[in-house]
Amino acid sequence: MKWKDVALTGWGRTSTARTQAARAERRGEIETAFNEPGGEGLIAYGAGRSYGDVALNDGGRTMLTGRLDRMLAFDETTGLLVCEPGVTFKDLAETFLHRGFVAPVSPGTAFATMGGALANDVHGKNHWSAGSFGSHVEWFDLALPSGEVRRVSPEGDAELFDATVGGLGLTGIVTRLALRLTKVTSSNVVVREARAPNLSALMERLVETHGRDTYSVAWIDALASGPSLGRGVVEAANHALSGFERAKPKRAKRLPVDLPGVVLNPASIGLFNALYYRRIPADGRERTVDFPTFLYPLDALGDWNRMYGKRGFFQFQCVLPYEEAEAGLRKLLEVIGEARSASFLAVLKSLGEAGRGMLSFPRPGFTLALDFPRKSGTAELMARLERIVLDHGGRIYLAKDAALSAQGFRMMYPELPRFRAVLDRVDPDRRMGSDLSRRLGIRSDA
Amino acid sequence: MSGAASTGTGEVWVVIGASSSVGRAFAMEAAKAGADIVLAARDLEDIEASAADITVRTGQRAEAVHWDATAFDDHDAFVADVWRFAGTRRLNVFFAAGTMRNQDEAIADFSIARQIVEVNYLAFVSVATRLEPGLRAQKGGKVVVLGSVAGDRGRRLNFVYGSAKAGLHAFLGGWRSRLQPDGVTVLTVKPGFLDTAMTWGQPGLFLVATPQGAAKACLKAANKGRNEIYYPAFWRLIMLIIKSIPEVLFKRLSI
Ligand SMILES: Cc1cc2nc3c(=O)[nH]c(=O)nc-3n(C[C@H](O)[C@H](O)[C@H](O)COP(=O)(O)OP(=O)(O)OC[C@H]3O[C@@H](n4cnc5c(N)ncnc54)[C@H](O)[C@@H]3O)c2cc1C
Ligand SMILES: NC(=O)c1ccc[n+]([C@@H]2O[C@H](COP(=O)([O-])OP(=O)(O)OC[C@H]3O[C@@H](n4cnc5c(N)ncnc54)[C@H](OP(=O)(O)O)[C@@H]3O)[C@@H](O)[C@H]2O)c1
Repeated sequence: MKWKDVALTGWGRTSTARTQAARAERRGEIETAFNEPGGEGLIAYGAGRSYGDVALNDGGRTMLTGRLDRMLAFDETTGLLVCEPGVTFKDLAETFLHRGFVAPVSPGTAFATMGGALANDVHGKNHWSAGSFGSHVEWFDLALPSGEVRRVSPEGDAELFDATVGGLGLTGIVTRLALRLTKVTSSNVVVREARAPNLSALMERLVETHGRDTYSVAWIDALASGPSLGRGVVEAANHALSGFERAKPKRAKRLPVDLPGVVLNPASIGLFNALYYRRIPADGRERTVDFPTFLYPLDALGDWNRMYGKRGFFQFQCVLPYEEAEAGLRKLLEVIGEARSASFLAVLKSLGEAGRGMLSFPRPGFTLALDFPRKSGTAELMARLERIVLDHGGRIYLAKDAALSAQGFRMMYPELPRFRAVLDRVDPDRRMGSDLSRRLGIRSDA
Repeated sequence: MSGAASTGTGEVWVVIGASSSVGRAFAMEAAKAGADIVLAARDLEDIEASAADITVRTGQRAEAVHWDATAFDDHDAFVADVWRFAGTRRLNVFFAAGTMRNQDEAIADFSIARQIVEVNYLAFVSVATRLEPGLRAQKGGKVVVLGSVAGDRGRRLNFVYGSAKAGLHAFLGGWRSRLQPDGVTVLTVKPGFLDTAMTWGQPGLFLVATPQGAAKACLKAANKGRNEIYYPAFWRLIMLIIKSIPEVLFKRLSI
């Protein structure tokens, strides 16, 4: 393998790493990499759409898997796709949308890869009905740290399967996977948007979508306070009854430079949020859009993460169980409002059944996500938010995280001992590792 | 290879060196434009994956065939296989096979120098001469070959590879003229730096272009019947300057 010294960053650009990177173009190269000595362990890197340090390995080695992006077989009758891990959600849309199939679960960016989606057991706007990514994977081929490639399925080795789904890349490198796509009636969705004047109304409207709508998501004005705290817009969507069009490969507009930090300030953001809210008529509205436009609104602006300037930003995403959600969300929004450092919009979704992965993020409850530009005081704010999440029995999403403490992590992810046991079995020499695994003391208590 | 004659109506491209990222990207572009594809290289497992990918994404037929550049005696059978796949349809050729090795090693060890010359130059001569009767008989078709800017002038650091590419360029110049009366077009592509497995981790590269961009440019130029392109295009200017440096000076440059 040829290793090249590169600098990689998480999507939020607050975490960076210098690493020796190899870029696999052929599957066989991954086994070779494990048979070579050296490095502070190895981690796979898909499209780098995780916000923090989950795919970074400062001082160690990284296997870039983005070029292993071939689709190997597709069965129109069952919807089963066998593909390599670098295939993206964009590839799926361009190949299958007009043929009536979509990814069973999709994150808010089409640039993420299947390998990344598996390793973070990602969820979409249909979590209530569809669960998370891992529940749609029939099997995967995993290159273990020993160099052996093993086909892993829930029937064959459930422990290894559940450790790899949501396993943050730490069990090895996925070289192939079999994913069941979902058949749909149309490549368009009918989206209903409605305003909700405050948090309880918003939560109620989201819960109303359960069992009724395939997709739902809410946008919260994180700067609204007092009686308007938690006001926002709920979007509920269903596939139209007919009509298939090709996903158009849209050219994303690019941000030519990093925006200076001052462009995004509380006044400009507050104005934007108010406009975003008022754009929806008081009695709601309905429109039909193509599916990718609905799923991936942020992809229209290619590298929007540069909007936050050179210092980057943190994303905070947590889930709070239903019983605790309203009190917890209120507290989070109050603290965020006081700090006056939230950005644009916060996203609120409701989640259904827990993912099957030992470290899967999703569990029943409300999940809140929002960005914080990095500035002085942000670290303290993140620590306060972590405390509130813990107090309400919630957990923080590691795909988005760069700030969680090792102690907080252990309390939020109670299956950690089971996960460690699998790692001790498949990676006794600790050949896999990432900045996140060290920060959170995943292999052993820090 | 199944060898069954195809009943398709579109064109066929045989992509030699299909496990190169440029070859793979070109095969996909040609399939998107409606062609069936034969993929050839040594790494059969890899090109079988690419063949499957083409079929899943585009619905076109694609087959992988083992091809070893230096097993010249096998090239007759290879060419026969390709014609069998094409059947009555028009065959076009994309040649991306090549190898670049450390220059000092090549000079210290003749077997390495020989490998460079054989894969980059002689292998094409072997395949081209065997394909020629069929290409002329079909009275048309396109041939696209990846040369290199390195073939424009022998440089101290890379002249073994460069000389093989220079030989390739010269062959293409003459062959183009010979095939011209039969309507077969020959495109010489001279890439600058491409972001492929060949160049990954190599120091001193600049303005590295994507394999997808190169593949698209090749197909476009072939469709226009161009004779020679540089990719990216500004390399024509860079090479013009490099070629114009007087030899007395050039021989002192350590480039
Ligand atoms: C705009 C935006 C919106 C988003 N919306 C959502 C959302 O709605 N829901 C959600 O769940 N997430 C969401 N995310 C997060 C994103 O989906 C995840 O971070 C995802 O894992 C990114 O995939 P990637 O290919 O970029 O992986 P990377 O970020 O490169 O890597 C992520 C993890 O996957 C591992 N990995 C990658 N490839 C392999 C492989 N071949 N084998 C083993 N491990 C591998 C890495 O080691 C790492 O641990 C969003 C991100 C963005 C930028
Ligand atoms: N990358 C650049 O910057 C650059 C610049 C100018 C020109 N080029 C030219 O562009 C072409 C593609 O290069 P690349 O960068 O994509 O390189 P690459 O990744 O190394 O690909 C080389 C291709 O040649 C094949 N090949 C090598 N030796 C072979 C042999 N003995 N028998 C059969 N096939 C053999 C390989 O297939 P198998 O290994 O599977 O057999 C592979 O398909 C080459 O001709 C190269 O010289 C590249």
